[in-house]
Amino acid sequence: MIAFNKYYNQFNILSISLVVISLFLLTFKGLNFGIDFKGGTLIELRSTDSKINVSSLRDNLNSMNLGDVSVKNFGNETDFLIKFEINNNKNIIEEIKSNLDKSFGNTFDFRRVENVGPKVSAELLKSGVIAIVVALTLMLIYIWIRFEWQFSLGAILALFHDVLVTLGLFSLLGLEINLSIIAAVLTIVGYSMNDTVVIFDRVRENLRKYSDIKIYDLTNISINETLSRTLITSITTLLALLSIFFFGGEILKGFSLAMIFGVIFGTYSSIYIANTVLVRLRVSQKTVLREDENS
Amino acid sequence: MLYFSKFRIISVILISLFFILIASSNLFKFENNFLNKKINLGLDLQGGSYLLLEIDNNPVIEQKIQNLSISIRNYFKDKNIRIKNLKILGQKLSFSVDENFKQTILDTFNDEESELNPYYPRFKSHQLDITEENNIFFVNYSTQGIVKLKTSSQDQALEIVRRRIDEIGTNEPNILKRGNDRILVELPGLDDPMRIKSLLGKTANLTFRFVTNNDQDSFGAEKLSYEDDSEEDALVSKRIILSGDNLLDAQPRMDSETNETVVTFTLDRVGAKRFGKATSTGIGKQLAIVLDGKIISAPVIRDTIASGSGQISGGFTFQSATDLALLLRSGALPAPLNIIEERTVGPDLGQDSINAGMIALAIGFVLVIVFIFVKYKVFGLITNITLILNLFLLIGILTIFEATLTLPGIAGIILTVGMAVDANVLIFERIKEELKNEKNNLIAFDSGYTKSRTAILDANITTLLAAIILFFMGSGPIKGFSLTLGIGIFTTLFSVYFIARLLTVLYVYRNKEKEGLI
Repeated sequence: MIAFNKYYNQFNILSISLVVISLFLLTFKGLNFGIDFKGGTLIELRSTDSKINVSSLRDNLNSMNLGDVSVKNFGNETDFLIKFEINNNKNIIEEIKSNLDKSFGNTFDFRRVENVGPKVSAELLKSGVIAIVVALTLMLIYIWIRFEWQFSLGAILALFHDVLVTLGLFSLLGLEINLSIIAAVLTIVGYSMNDTVVIFDRVRENLRKYSDIKIYDLTNISINETLSRTLITSITTLLALLSIFFFGGEILKGFSLAMIFGVIFGTYSSIYIANTVLVRLRVSQKTVLREDENS
Repeated sequence: MLYFSKFRIISVILISLFFILIASSNLFKFENNFLNKKINLGLDLQGGSYLLLEIDNNPVIEQKIQNLSISIRNYFKDKNIRIKNLKILGQKLSFSVDENFKQTILDTFNDEESELNPYYPRFKSHQLDITEENNIFFVNYSTQGIVKLKTSSQDQALEIVRRRIDEIGTNEPNILKRGNDRILVELPGLDDPMRIKSLLGKTANLTFRFVTNNDQDSFGAEKLSYEDDSEEDALVSKRIILSGDNLLDAQPRMDSETNETVVTFTLDRVGAKRFGKATSTGIGKQLAIVLDGKIISAPVIRDTIASGSGQISGGFTFQSATDLALLLRSGALPAPLNIIEERTVGPDLGQDSINAGMIALAIGFVLVIVFIFVKYKVFGLITNITLILNLFLLIGILTIFEATLTLPGIAGIILTVGMAVDANVLIFERIKEELKNEKNNLIAFDSGYTKSRTAILDANITTLLAAIILFFMGSGPIKGFSLTLGIGIFTTLFSVYFIARLLTVLYVYRNKEKEGLI
């Protein structure tokens, strides 16, 4: 049996620091919103001429007064991703196309064009935030119906931790937040909850079974009993996600990365946050027995 | 939990076979209509354009308010009430009347039978709201009035957009209303989105008006610029001789004399009459052909044109003449449309995404299968068989509903593969624990299944909740993700509790006495 409970304090301090750092990053550095939430234009280009590079492309586009233009390689040397802010010119794509054709010859294939206006991006951001809030609320309601309030609090704190730290990491690394990241965050919420609930189920069962063991040791027993399941499920989920990350193409990179972070944090938090909340709230046999009498 | 009746066994086998058959219809062609279904590919996988158009209703409202000012004046003139200081303030009207008529005005506007101000009994609201302040009346559209107006301009715009897209002849376009002032257009497999965009971006409001040289024209005049800036701006009368509504047909042609591309048009009876009259009285004058506030050309009238047909020249290329003819044939939009969101994926990228998604699925699948087999041996094999059938079930259900598969949708399938083993793992781990205290294999397996059930349900319900929220909040590709993730939960539960359990039961009954079974 691994003594997870020996490190409860240390890891709690670590988690609190991570959350504080994440909040700090989110407040002061902010998130790198993609065009879905900020508005603007995204163009994915493929060039047949391998001599064209990011800087020559950037110089060319800068001459067009597009405002803040970002040009990056996308996956490989001949694919480029161009992004610029909201532009009121309706024919901007055509103008860029003719400008590029003039400067580089007809070497570019416009593989993807996305253009999001300010109104739509504001709506998408709003509905994304609503989606996450609704998800957290529903999880809260569900867990509140299923478990005693101490458990609910533990699970919800674990959820907030996972979402905040994942977003904090995105802020730190400057990774783009787009629609698919919202999907990833919601799936993380589901996954983290899932992991926590499985351990809690066992804690509650053990509370009824062993009347003489204190919650400090009881959580440790429960974590150990469910440990192989926790690890196996995390591993298979991570295997699937790593496969998406490495082979699923550039478009799914951010999504799968967010999920990979989320699964790791989710597994960690269900052991070190959810359970320590139970310990700190001094959950005992009485907690579950009282509930049994009521129902 | 271990008992399976014969009926159940047969049902499970039949259901599995059925879904294998349905899922495989994506690869083979069946003669049978029911079986011949396919999963739709989303725009991000097959290539195409997604356009969200917003109708700018402000000009419509302003136009209606202008028309209203005339109706109000005439309506009360008949009743011998003089409307004073009638002013148009953008989307509002203001006027005043003599003190003793004030009540009459209010009564007229608030009468449920009012001709001037239609009443909508369903919404208990008039079309117009009237307020009085310091002896001045203000009239503007009520909330319901605006809603009605928006709905009707959305209906009209939808029809015109459909006609324009049909004229271009793309396959299976999807044109839908969104809210009351938006139109969503999905065009799969489109190779030239720029053309569609430019066609949808034009209101195509065509008018024929005389060029005048004094602003004292009784209808008023306005200075308009030429479409190609070839000539100086010209002063054009506001009196409309003909509009696009009078057009029956328009076609691009090559003028054999001048060797220029032109657009020929045919007018309806009313239009032909008016055109004949105008050209006979206006010989020597310039007739401006105005499209969306810009002059295309302003030829000098040399002869009366009574045939009801004519041609527009304006330095067109064949493409631009074709597009103009198309716009004129399909009619003018009631209001300008703005493209507020566009997502276009080329067919190459779509194919690349399919390939990448399939490779990721295959590799993810193999990794999970190998890991599980190494970990659980025989039961790993059972889990893996279940996993394969789970995939067939998932793809089968998507096929039956002819659901749309997107790239994030493929990610959802891969994720389902990773998470689907969770339920079996929970069960097997529980059985292992039970076996520590229980020597009888059958009892241990049975209680393993029973005791793990709540955890499995809890775990899946939480993921399902997340998927449901995503489905209702998300758009396009994200919806595809929530769909595969959500359906995946049901197929996983079915495959774990019926297929995997059946296989487990069959194996355990044969090896009842064996120790260290799992």
